[in-house]
Amino acid sequence: MAKKVLMCGNEVLAEAAIMAGCRFYAGYPITPQNELPAYMSRRMPEVGGVFIQSESEISAINMVFGASLRGTRAMTSSSSPGISLKQEGISYLAGCELPGVIVNVMRGGPGLGNIAPSQSDYFQATKGGGHGDYHQIVLAPASLQEIVELTMLSFDLADKYRTPVMILGDGILGQMMEPVELEDSVERTADSEKKSWILDGCKGREPRKIRSLLLEDGSLETFNRKLQKKYTEIKDKEVRCEILYGDDSDIMVVAYGTTSRISRNAVEKLRSKGKKIGLVRPISLWPFPEKELRRIAEKVKSFLVVEMSCGQMIEDVRLSIDCKKPVHFYGRSGGGVPTEDEIIKEVEKIV
Amino acid sequence: MSKILSKPKSMKDSSTHYCAGCGHGIVHRLICEIIDELGIREETIGIAPVGCAVIAYDYWNFDVTEAAHGRVPAVATGIKRVAPENIVFGYQGDGDLAAIGTAEIVHAANRGENITIIFVNNAVYGMTGGQMAPTTMLKQKTATTPLGRDQKTHGFPLKVCELLSVLPGVSYAERVSIHSPQNIIKAKKAIKRAFQNQIDGVGFSIVEVLSQCPTYIGLSPEDSVKWVAETMIKEYPLGVFR
Repeated sequence: MAKKVLMCGNEVLAEAAIMAGCRFYAGYPITPQNELPAYMSRRMPEVGGVFIQSESEISAINMVFGASLRGTRAMTSSSSPGISLKQEGISYLAGCELPGVIVNVMRGGPGLGNIAPSQSDYFQATKGGGHGDYHQIVLAPASLQEIVELTMLSFDLADKYRTPVMILGDGILGQMMEPVELEDSVERTADSEKKSWILDGCKGREPRKIRSLLLEDGSLETFNRKLQKKYTEIKDKEVRCEILYGDDSDIMVVAYGTTSRISRNAVEKLRSKGKKIGLVRPISLWPFPEKELRRIAEKVKSFLVVEMSCGQMIEDVRLSIDCKKPVHFYGRSGGGVPTEDEIIKEVEKIV
Repeated sequence: MSKILSKPKSMKDSSTHYCAGCGHGIVHRLICEIIDELGIREETIGIAPVGCAVIAYDYWNFDVTEAAHGRVPAVATGIKRVAPENIVFGYQGDGDLAAIGTAEIVHAANRGENITIIFVNNAVYGMTGGQMAPTTMLKQKTATTPLGRDQKTHGFPLKVCELLSVLPGVSYAERVSIHSPQNIIKAKKAIKRAFQNQIDGVGFSIVEVLSQCPTYIGLSPEDSVKWVAETMIKEYPLGVFR
């Protein structure tokens, strides 16, 4: 039975994590994601899970590291400046091949920036963020219903590939309310017995170690090649994107998350005026829908990338299509949000 | 003839990478003997620090992970909270615990996490080449205090047990030394109590072990032991602080 609820995005994400079997959450207060830890502080004890308000973002991600290596589905959340602090821990999760879900409800930067919505952590999320040769899966929901789907998917992917997964939202998605359907019956628990690699005491088996230090000659290169093989598999299997009017458009708008919602409205308005405009909405930002964009590039005349940043995802769009078609850009930064009219005006300029 | 002493089961049959005269081997062995004596090897999860003891998992014959620099108490918290049935201990050096990981140790202690921390204080960074540690003695020469530690620019030796002793979350904090056989026996008693406390659910326990680093104190193994006994203990008095 599905129940319909009205909650803000941060709370929806927290509930979806619990439905996905998350039983450990550690976090530190930062706006605009504070509803998430507050919700967890109430819900986790109800489901027999652990909530910790940590002394720092750094501690929170390292507590996730500990809970995860013991076999528990674990999550932390924060917003941009806090996510910068977590990068060390994310790199260690990747290096130790530990699952973990990290939520970034993006706000304006650089520095302390402001608390308004932004998409300016795209580079950080998709290009590494922390040190070393690694990737994390990055999923970008565009509605509260999709927050539910992608949060649950995040835990499954994190376990399947033993990798950190980031859910990349923004202040609008975190704060806004819309009706959401939650399935009662889907509540899952992480089955630690299925995880053959966890540390739970060496009863009846040889001791295990979980570490990322590889000093022996060539051992780190061998390990990094193994990681790359995993990343290739993820690129093959886990690309997700939505395409609107992919077959008969002259101009394709490319946008994710909040800006994709605004762009969708702009596209529909232009369509109603007979303009041949479509939309590509990457749902997985890493892996990026390269093949899909390449295919579309053969049919369209140009692209318009819309972001709440000064231009970050646009680089991946250009790389994906080998710069074969013009790629235009419209972005607002520092808390600015593009409006439908602004996007329509940009499209008309290109036309 | 009967064999009266053998390697603890909790210790792997390997030689360590530690320098001649280093105290880590002694502390490792004490921990392993205690884990054997308490019969908790199959429940134990150890956490190695960043520092000379980073590859302790090559010497310990139980489950071990390795934390980012200074983050041992946070990792221990994560493990212990989801698995109270496991025995979780962290092994940290002075740079790890008292410099880069100060926030983590203070707050794990203040929350009263039911974990055990073994803190090896040898007054210097070993792995990176003998730089000043937060616990380096005044006037002590290191790679980054070539003229000796001067409180005006480098601050004072950080006293971890004294600092933690004011926190109500701390159940047990004792400072011991391993500069003589009698002291090693006392150190073992303290470490055992710190593990027993966790088994009994008493809460946060820390044992600070004064240890010698002959290589970066710049003395022979024998003289470095004397240095601990005569110089370090004056700055870091032994005893139970909480």
